Amino acid sequence: MQTFLDIFDIYLLEAVINGILLGGVLALLALGLNLIFGVIDVTWICYAELVMLGMYAMYFMVQYYGVSYFVAAPFTILLVAVLGAALHYLVIAPLLTAPPINQLLATGGVLFVLQSFATVAFGIDFRNLGIRLPVLAFGDMNFSYARLLSFVAALVGMVAVYLFMTRTFTGTAIRAISQDRQIMALMGVDTKRIYLITSALGGALAGLAACLLVLQYDVHPFVGLSFGPITFLICVLGGLGNFIGGFIAAFLFAEIISLGGLFSDLEWGYVLAFAFFIVMMFIRPAGLLARRR
Amino acid sequence: MTGQGRLAAWGIGLAALVALPFVYRDPYHLHILVLILIWSFAYTSWSMMGRFGLVSLGHGGFMGIGAYVTALLWNHLGLSPWIGIPISMAAAGALAMIVGYPCFRFRITGHYFVLVTLALSGIVLQVITATRDYTGGSLGYTPNRASGNKLLALQFDGKTTWYLIALAVWLFGIVVWHWVDRSMARYALEAISEDEDAAAAAGVDVTAEKLKITLLSALMTALAGAIYCQYQMFITPDTVSGIAVSLQMVFAAIVGGLFVSLGPTVGAIITILLAETLRIGFGTKAVGWDNLVYGVLLVIFIIFLPKGILGSLLDRLKPQRKVPRAHEQEAVQIARPGT
Repeated sequence: MQTFLDIFDIYLLEAVINGILLGGVLALLALGLNLIFGVIDVTWICYAELVMLGMYAMYFMVQYYGVSYFVAAPFTILLVAVLGAALHYLVIAPLLTAPPINQLLATGGVLFVLQSFATVAFGIDFRNLGIRLPVLAFGDMNFSYARLLSFVAALVGMVAVYLFMTRTFTGTAIRAISQDRQIMALMGVDTKRIYLITSALGGALAGLAACLLVLQYDVHPFVGLSFGPITFLICVLGGLGNFIGGFIAAFLFAEIISLGGLFSDLEWGYVLAFAFFIVMMFIRPAGLLARRR
Repeated sequence: MTGQGRLAAWGIGLAALVALPFVYRDPYHLHILVLILIWSFAYTSWSMMGRFGLVSLGHGGFMGIGAYVTALLWNHLGLSPWIGIPISMAAAGALAMIVGYPCFRFRITGHYFVLVTLALSGIVLQVITATRDYTGGSLGYTPNRASGNKLLALQFDGKTTWYLIALAVWLFGIVVWHWVDRSMARYALEAISEDEDAAAAAGVDVTAEKLKITLLSALMTALAGAIYCQYQMFITPDTVSGIAVSLQMVFAAIVGGLFVSLGPTVGAIITILLAETLRIGFGTKAVGWDNLVYGVLLVIFIIFLPKGILGSLLDRLKPQRKVPRAHEQEAVQIARPGT
């Protein structure tokens, strides 16, 4: 009993809560990716790179042009939304009838393009906003305001998407298309338009995530690699296209990373998360919430 | 071309390749050739499973294991690479089995397979970085210079020696490719890539066939990693493992042509020459430019030329060639919509 209490100390609680806070942003990323997968049936391997560009946009607007953070954020979201729509229009739309693997690899090519574009345009320096938000002390535990803000904003973003999907006509059409691609075109829904809107929405979510992540992490051209793979794993673990599954998986992953990081290095947290993912794929190949066939 | 003519062409080409370093000795150009041969071998290994629709992004992991296990055994245990390379290959093979068996058993295909293998290369990269006390982490790792027998340590100073070794390894890869191409396994795997259920109904052991080709591909990729490490004598997690390396393999194989034996080699020639030209032309300003061009090319190729340069070229040369196999036809449709 005593040993148990030794482990279950205040640091553990702190790690658990930090995990939940991290989970918020991951869930937001997973939501965007799931949305695109569920509706268009395409995996954007380069999703995290869109976030990276958004982070650069925030950095330049806030640092160079002195725009205030809250003014810059909507512009960034809009910019990444446009990028998402452009990605769909230029790369995915010509490949819609191609084998899914080709679509996936094409976005892999876009990943290279975006990464090296950032390297060429912005250099490989680590940059940060220079905004240092205070740290909230609660008992012996410390939480950064940046994380709390991200968590809340991510939740708000997710609720907004939920309302959009359930309360508006376009949202209903998007959900309908994700259920049956062929029929909806016959029902008089312009699938091309819906695809574009969905891509823009996915991009907007990436933009929101960028605004939040830029508060916590430095920007560099390869920053996408540090959370991109995790996002895909979350989506697959939750079942590609399954919003609720992705939401749960995001928090599971965040907890594993956070707790793994508590007992050892952060890398081991990631290793644990990856290993957990592979094991889960064997137990539940079609995602956490999938019904057994 | 008749079978004999083809064989003669291969023979003459090979003789020319073997004779090359004795006639032409520019060390820089030989260095580029060695790199091309080693990477060609790695890309060929990837395309062995890639051509059957088993798109793996985990090969960066296998390559990293090949390189790091060999180097670690040499530095820490003093084990000669002659023993270390088989061990590293076995390690990569075991990992491929551990991940591959459940994947194939539970029918994890398409996107899911790609993402599971993506996790695999992610794990290998993170483990190499996390065990930085042994592997040097992201700063890279250097195998100790041999004090005694160079042959035992598989370390040679001469570029010519390395050129011949790389040539032999590359040739081995091409031979294995043809061996698979002529085996029954090819037909089984093509059937699987078109329709798993139908293949299973026709008596193909889906799981076993997929596992065999995955194992072969992983072993060869690990060998490529080990040879690369022995040649360069310096490895970092980013150059031999991780998702970027995996994507690089996919890219080169697709640009060259996935369905022909020399396709990945053509891909390696194009990518490496491109990178070197940009590096020489622009110097340090070129950082990033090579990948930018890669990425644009990859997207363009997948949209307009999914069979790759060599594949499309061969098709054009032989219009009366047999009807393309269904999974290739599917890819061809992108190039000519409406057909």
